[in-house]
Amino acid sequence: MRIKKKDLLGIEDLTRVEIEQVLATAESLKDVSEREIKKIPTLRGKTVINLFYEASTRTRTSFEIAAKRMSADAVNISVSTSSVVKGETLKDTARNLEAMKPDCIVIRHSCSGTPHMLARHINCAVVNAGDGAHEHPSQALLDMLTVKEKKGGIEGLKVAIIGDIAHSRVARSNIYGFTKLGAEVVVAGPATMIPPGIERLGCRATTKMEDAVKDADVIMMLRIQLERQNDAFFPTLREYSRTYGLDEKRVALAKPDVAILHPGPVNRGVEIASEVADGPYSLILDQVTNGVAVRMAIFYHLLGPAKEEG
Amino acid sequence: MNRLVIKGGRLIDPSANIDGIYNIYVMGGRIASVKPAATDTSELNEQSPELEIIDASGLVVTPGFIDAHTHLREPGFEYKETIRTGTMAAAAGGFTTILCMANTRPVNDNGSVTHDIVRKASAEGLVNVRPVGALSYGQKGERLTEMAELKAAGCVAVSDDGVPVLDAGLMRRALEYAGGFGLVVISHAEEPALAGSGVMNEGPVATRLGLGGIPNAAEDAMVARDLTLAELTGGRLHIAHVSTRGSVELLRLAKAKGVRVTAEVTPHHLALTDEAVIGYNTNAKMNPPLRSLEDVEALRSALMDGTIDCIATDHAPHSTIEKDVEFDNASNGVIGLETAFSVVYKLCLEGHLTLAGVIKALTTGPAAAFGLSIGAVRVGFPADIAIIDLEKSWKVEAKGLKSRSKNSPWLGTELPGRVVKTIVGGKVVYDLDKENK
Repeated sequence: MRIKKKDLLGIEDLTRVEIEQVLATAESLKDVSEREIKKIPTLRGKTVINLFYEASTRTRTSFEIAAKRMSADAVNISVSTSSVVKGETLKDTARNLEAMKPDCIVIRHSCSGTPHMLARHINCAVVNAGDGAHEHPSQALLDMLTVKEKKGGIEGLKVAIIGDIAHSRVARSNIYGFTKLGAEVVVAGPATMIPPGIERLGCRATTKMEDAVKDADVIMMLRIQLERQNDAFFPTLREYSRTYGLDEKRVALAKPDVAILHPGPVNRGVEIASEVADGPYSLILDQVTNGVAVRMAIFYHLLGPAKEEG
Repeated sequence: MNRLVIKGGRLIDPSANIDGIYNIYVMGGRIASVKPAATDTSELNEQSPELEIIDASGLVVTPGFIDAHTHLREPGFEYKETIRTGTMAAAAGGFTTILCMANTRPVNDNGSVTHDIVRKASAEGLVNVRPVGALSYGQKGERLTEMAELKAAGCVAVSDDGVPVLDAGLMRRALEYAGGFGLVVISHAEEPALAGSGVMNEGPVATRLGLGGIPNAAEDAMVARDLTLAELTGGRLHIAHVSTRGSVELLRLAKAKGVRVTAEVTPHHLALTDEAVIGYNTNAKMNPPLRSLEDVEALRSALMDGTIDCIATDHAPHSTIEKDVEFDNASNGVIGLETAFSVVYKLCLEGHLTLAGVIKALTTGPAAAFGLSIGAVRVGFPADIAIIDLEKSWKVEAKGLKSRSKNSPWLGTELPGRVVKTIVGGKVVYDLDKENK
């Protein structure tokens, strides 16, 4: 059964049942990528535009491969925000794209809320591939799929999210997602990077990493933007890494079969030690594999054939 | 000589504590007499061609409103607003005098620009325009403007509104120097290092939306500095668009100490919280940002107890080029002249404000703050009057607005109470009856 949504803008808008439906679809689509002919005809004749206002290799490629494995036509548009012509409003951009009759626009933008504004002006489906510090729903879905596969379920797990919570769309989407599926989420980072009122999203917050990772079933490390040290969010990378980096000693505080996730790209030796990133608990590459399946599932739910609707 | 009589309206004039049914006689553009209707035995020759009679029975009559904070955008940004369209909007909102801010292009930082604005306003404007000159050249915060010349050209205050005066020493000198010419110094109180790259109020809503936050402290810190400087210098300070409960506390303390300070609050800061931003509504983006409910409640009680003196619109027209864009990239500000009274009247109906308090803050409050001999229906004063139908509600729609820009947070909302006539110097400059025809 398909979820009844025109757009996928954030995990905040999804119910537990809807999340579970998308994850179930992703699981069933995973084997397409293992076949010799990695293609199914489900979305033949559909056009997907990947509109990326922010540099991204992994996410854009993943959406593109997902669309192509479903037989949709995928077009990539990369716009450097600085080159956007002054005078063209977001509404103009939306109308121009719409005039090319796409079925879906996948958008990434450094400004929070841009996919929402686009969706208001456009009739085709809009998928948020990351907006500012707001949400990154496909990332959270692939994280949930990865954990679900490894742990058999999400209900009752303790999930620690460590790093720059304030500027992280991955953190927000995962707080919504994991709490909706019954996990306990604890976020940790320096006080400068824990935004006011984050608890209202459903998590607990602490400045002590040890608190968060103790007995955790899942540790999710966030990428630290190296330039944040210039804005006085933390004094030095050295201190950040020593206080909030994931090394083997801190891994040992978690449950013995802890799952370690990172949305990538990894700053080795900063937020995560190399031996942890490459170690036996790391699911970083599984996340990437699952990314394609989850994005195929998203396309299926938003663009799939209407007659299969149940 | 041209005569006008406004008959049988409920006159509310806070300057004289009047609330009752009065007849108002206007001659030569000035108030000739004000008589209680019940005992008024004057006989009017209603056939006289020189006599205009307005029947105001069932309507509220008040001194014309004074807006201490309008951006007219001319010269330089005529695509957003002009002196003509801005004063049309003012008239439609019951405003008969508006103070226009200096952040035009060129900046109103010398007598020639002031002269141009004054000349153009008297030729094309529907209401009285009193310019606010820049405090520093080019609003750069480096050198004081020639304030004697600005005053002579018609400025009533100086301000770098839109940008804070970062240099505390310059602010001190401005307060000292401007006082010598009877000019009020208006402070846009914001500490930019604390506002950072924020685009809305810092708090749970910003966290949820993933938008950068501006803490209350960005305003409080600068209000505290400027109050200290006003105390030091004895200068006349006016705090623009107060938005935080912290500023309110600081103002209360300063006034109790006798610091010569006045303050204004906008209708949107009185009526809306930061939750209006949800959905990334760029018409809820302004500086200072919409704050929390606790702040809103503090602002309302401060207005009622006199800690805040004026309701000012901070009417800030922007075109779709500045507003139909990403939230982070959208310009700050909303228009407000046409909706101001209705927005605060709604708060009266909800029990948050009183009608007498609101009218005071729109008339005698700003008149006293800027030393203007207007804002009262008093014999000898200019006949600047607003007539309001409290029973008439209206829906705010872009096409009905006089302002050239349509960036109102109230689009699509139904508001109670409507200005039906505005009179400037005895002349009707806005008449809702004629609009609808």
